[in-house]
Amino acid sequence: MSFLEVTLFLLDGFKISLLIFAVTLLCGAPLGLPIAFCSMSKLKVVKAISKVIVWIVRGVPLMLQIFIIYYVPGLLFNYQLFGQIDRFMYINYGIADAGRITAVLIAFTLNYACYFSEIYRGGIESISRGQYEAGYVLGLTKNQIFRKIILKQVIKRIVPPMSNEIITLIKDTALANCIVVCEIIKQAKELAATKAMIWPLFYTGIFYLLFVGILTIILNKVEKKLSYFRS
Amino acid sequence: MSVLEIKNIRKSFGTTEVLKGISFSLEKGEVLAIIGSSGGGKTTLLRCLNFLELADEGTISVNSKVIYDGADKKGKNDDELRLNRLHFGLVFQSFNLFPQYNVLENVTLAPTLLERGTAQEIENNARALIEKVGLTEKINNYPCELSGGQQQRVAIARALALDPDILCFDEPTSALDPELTGEVLKVIKSLKGHDSTMIIVTHEMEFAKNVADKVMFISDGVIEEIGTPSEVFDNPKSEKTKAFLNKSFEEI
Repeated sequence: MSFLEVTLFLLDGFKISLLIFAVTLLCGAPLGLPIAFCSMSKLKVVKAISKVIVWIVRGVPLMLQIFIIYYVPGLLFNYQLFGQIDRFMYINYGIADAGRITAVLIAFTLNYACYFSEIYRGGIESISRGQYEAGYVLGLTKNQIFRKIILKQVIKRIVPPMSNEIITLIKDTALANCIVVCEIIKQAKELAATKAMIWPLFYTGIFYLLFVGILTIILNKVEKKLSYFRS
Repeated sequence: MSVLEIKNIRKSFGTTEVLKGISFSLEKGEVLAIIGSSGGGKTTLLRCLNFLELADEGTISVNSKVIYDGADKKGKNDDELRLNRLHFGLVFQSFNLFPQYNVLENVTLAPTLLERGTAQEIENNARALIEKVGLTEKINNYPCELSGGQQQRVAIARALALDPDILCFDEPTSALDPELTGEVLKVIKSLKGHDSTMIIVTHEMEFAKNVADKVMFISDGVIEEIGTPSEVFDNPKSEKTKAFLNKSFEEI
């Protein structure tokens, strides 16, 4: 296989990595917000449930969570949900791995939503009470205060920790290969196994590096854009 | 007719009773200065008036209408509290400007969200207020680019933008460097006589003497003395007031 062919083969895998990255970010980031609000709830039951979920999700390896999501339907209900999706999508549409990827997306989204929720909670709780009170005495509603006054200050504060998580996320996508999803590392291992080529495995690092480089530039831009005010 | 009438306001935090039955009234356009040592309940009183704390007992009436009664549920749900707060404005010791908005936006934010007129009307009014506090050339600056005194003047303009019946100041100059207090006090003084009723919690005795129509000395949660500045400052009746004033005017 030529260098170009290997690159294209790995790129096919990296597309899956990017898919997991994008879906996790797009679904996990919004999902983190209600979890954060539950963790700050005045209702003790809601708060306790939320805290336990966050504890479990953050306390168990993501790889194990992928296994759990993937195998549990089969073990509990004797129905291999994700295997069936795999088969159905492959037979009808010729799309491979659809079920496995779905399982990975669910596990990733839940996991990252919990991490994000803690970042949000920290950000929200770090805003001084004076900001809320200034909104109250101006006759604003709680909703207006949050959307128009608090939110942007929170965003500014959480950009650095969120950047960290986002950069970790692209590298975590490699965990999908534990249930044989053909992300980039799995593709490289495939080459090692079938063509006895080991160098593509190391070459995958370049893909991650380039992508993290682009992410870093974007995240720095966001940080800079919010640097016009101090809070 | 009194614009504000407070009857028997009481407030406890846990077992500590901070306000032990405060009653007074204010006429429209009057300026009341509240003095007293720290921990006496001055700030808590202002916070009760702005419903940042809810008084346990007592009533608050504005323009002869009872808007809050500690004894029943009157004025206690979120919406009622919000509307009640609009009778009052509050300028904080620590300014609490919104950092992500520039001077103009800080002043226009609340009137815009409360739909107090067209965008143009709100902006014109805001510009006039910003000019009144002398910050026209800073109109596009952000709070972090302003001095403490300038920030507090913006906070005053922001409070005025909603045209409250009673404007409250909670130690407006206590967080400022001494050389910046003058500009803020000057602005507050300039508001006097514009029909604006004001309550000013302050440690600036000279200022209270010169600007206030009424001076109230609060100690341990009760009104120890209330009267005209000359009554309170020149002929204090209570021993506590005398002791406090002696300390405040003590030459160092």
